[in-house]
Amino acid sequence: MSFKPARIVITGIGLTAPNGNSLSEFRQNLLAGVAGVEPFDVRYMGRLIAGVCHYDPLRYQTRKGLRVGTRAGSISIYCAHEALKDSGLAFDSVPKDRVGIYLGCTEHGNVETENEIYAISKFNYDTKYWSHYHNPRTVANNPAGEISLALGITGPAYTIGAACAAGNVGLIHAAQMLRLGEVDLAFCGGVSESIHTFGIFAGFKSQGALATHADPKKASRPFDKGRNGIVVSEGGCIYTLERLDDALARGAKIYGEIAGYCVNSDASDYVLPNPGRQAECVRKALVNAKLAAADIHIVNTHATATPQGDIQECEAIRAVFGAGCPETNINNTKSYIGHCMGAAGALELAGNLPSFDDLVVHPTINVDDLDPLCAIDGLVLNQPRKVAKVEAILNNSFGMLGINSTLIVKRFVA
Amino acid sequence: MTKDACKQIVLDIIADIAPDEDLSNLKPDVRLRDQMQLDSMDFLDIVMELRKQHGIEVPEADYIHLASLDSCADYLTPKFEALGK
Repeated sequence: MSFKPARIVITGIGLTAPNGNSLSEFRQNLLAGVAGVEPFDVRYMGRLIAGVCHYDPLRYQTRKGLRVGTRAGSISIYCAHEALKDSGLAFDSVPKDRVGIYLGCTEHGNVETENEIYAISKFNYDTKYWSHYHNPRTVANNPAGEISLALGITGPAYTIGAACAAGNVGLIHAAQMLRLGEVDLAFCGGVSESIHTFGIFAGFKSQGALATHADPKKASRPFDKGRNGIVVSEGGCIYTLERLDDALARGAKIYGEIAGYCVNSDASDYVLPNPGRQAECVRKALVNAKLAAADIHIVNTHATATPQGDIQECEAIRAVFGAGCPETNINNTKSYIGHCMGAAGALELAGNLPSFDDLVVHPTINVDDLDPLCAIDGLVLNQPRKVAKVEAILNNSFGMLGINSTLIVKRFVA
Repeated sequence: MTKDACKQIVLDIIADIAPDEDLSNLKPDVRLRDQMQLDSMDFLDIVMELRKQHGIEVPEADYIHLASLDSCADYLTPKFEALGK
């Protein structure tokens, strides 16, 4: 007897990105070439640049809720409410114990720990001034838990640590849980509050991987010869996923269908990517989706604008796609919003999903001088490209400790 | 330090802890918990802010004295005075 997994579809999207607080605003800015990177003060380091979200936190939270919770929790609550609204679900009649929350995180807790150490430094490091909120704020499940509190969801609610592959992994895990019948509805995706910790900026700077540019909006420039590192950003993107039968039964709007995925590991280095394993991840996802490379019409690259990382991802893409894939378009979303860490994969997928409807591929911006080593076939640079068809979108997200994730979403066809 | 001044200090702390609450009609002789949404973590906030802002320690056994504005004033005013405030 063979196992026929349920078809899983996307029925709602809520997001906040440095250049938009809804899918329509985000998409509009991706097509108009509007970046969302700005000057940002970082403790101990002074004025740097970052991708900052400007959603209204009081739309769904009280001022007390904001004070007690975390920034990641707040972003998560905003995105979950927006996704729920977008899904059209009659949430009052949804059994809350059959709802799961699966959020990808690159890291969590650094912000709150740094804040507390800074606070007690004003009291000669006397730990009796350490906040009693520290532990509930820093537990790894905090962002998912804050959603469960906000929406009264009593099913499983946890985060998945997968470095910068986490946004994709949140979606993949949710699809698996729906297929296993563990839940009937999943809120999933990724979230990051990373810009509020100096450690991530200082770490990338020490690594020689922190972007600089006189014009913040030009700072994130994957594939450009002058690229010099990562723009650190915050953000969140949460989807509602459902089994197709449930979505059809309630007449839900369907953004796309989860076609296939793969998560694998380099097992080769703490930070350096491994193009061979990345290519393997993409190929396995294609097999999982029962698609050929030529069936993919958009590849959203992970490229973060580090000198070496971009070249290595291009090497992986070249190995899978290329001359035999004339209809495959390749783009990058970080060029607009920087690197939203745990939210990156989820946000970047969302920015491309409207292509199923408008048949336009958003470009990679800020490429003034294309690095020949990144000159892969199908790159969409600086101007949107109108295409004949978009049937499948492949989203790459890779992370430290060598975790790779590829998620493929196809146009929904009944 | 008058008891009214002491109550105002506690009210200012509560205003930060519970920013969504209307504090204008708080009855001083009624338990704070019976008039507004305050949980055990919020009471720990009051204790922490007294420590941070005013150098006043409230031992756990004395938390009961923070029940109402009146009981806060009765308990805390001598502590403020002992600090020369």
